[in-house]
Amino acid sequence: MKRPEPVAVVKQRREGLLRALVDEVPYIRFMGIRFDRRGDELTAVLPYRDDLIGNPVLPALHGGATAGFLEIAAMIELAWSTLWEGVEAEGALPQGPLRLPKTIDFTVDYLRAGLPRDAYARARVNRSGRRYASVHVEAWQDNRARLFAQGTGHFLMPGSGTAK
Amino acid sequence: MPALMSDTETIARQFIQALPHSRALGMELVSIGEGVAVMAMPYNPELVGDPQTGVIHGGAVSALMDTASGTAVMCHPQAGFSTATLDLRIDYMRPATPGQTIRARAECHHVTRTVAFVRAVATDDDESRPVAMATGAFTVERAER
Repeated sequence: MKRPEPVAVVKQRREGLLRALVDEVPYIRFMGIRFDRRGDELTAVLPYRDDLIGNPVLPALHGGATAGFLEIAAMIELAWSTLWEGVEAEGALPQGPLRLPKTIDFTVDYLRAGLPRDAYARARVNRSGRRYASVHVEAWQDNRARLFAQGTGHFLMPGSGTAK
Repeated sequence: MPALMSDTETIARQFIQALPHSRALGMELVSIGEGVAVMAMPYNPELVGDPQTGVIHGGAVSALMDTASGTAVMCHPQAGFSTATLDLRIDYMRPATPGQTIRARAECHHVTRTVAFVRAVATDDDESRPVAMATGAFTVERAER
């Protein structure tokens, strides 16, 4: 039987893939979104900032900030889960820049007001084909079971769009 | 009633400028009418979603659509003074051309006692080919309740 890889090698590879997907996107940096990883499970984290507020009277998170957070969480989960197997098998990242899926449509369901505190989101790829994927994402703040927003989006897989 | 209209516009403008996230994204109110709002978001490299092409991320376009839609609801004569998004669906038809301002025109086309329905279109300099379209449902808040 093959000896298991040293844990540092495994972690470096997986963190490397995550960083390659996330670090180059200016909008993710602008929003301050980061990702917690447990094995292959990703949780998107939106640390609270005053400039994420929409209605300052309540105050509540801006619906657009919530939408952007959900879309990022869904898109990164889709790219991550698509690349995971290959990267684990090869032991290295694919050559060249990584392309993210393109959003075709995205629907956000606002269940309750986003409170002025950190938000979390996890996405699930319900269907991933050669060209199209459907991803569902759920977001919560204090209680995992009390979602404040959820979303569903369809995505075009990288390299499947325009004929080259 | 031009005097009333300009008062409404001043209030709306102040309200929009006071939304922290809209301000962070550089949004500007272009115009409002009865149940209609036009908002602009100038190109900003910080909002790019695809570093290889420089195209603005859909999330920022969503925020623009949401703000324009909410504003359209608030300036509808039957919809009242405040609103919250119930749901918003966005279709992304093409990438916005890098460097160009994105404009969203939202129209609150139907209002019931409890719900306002909105559709919105986002364009860049080429107004004949929409960048994105949105449909949404918003809450109707009334002072008397």
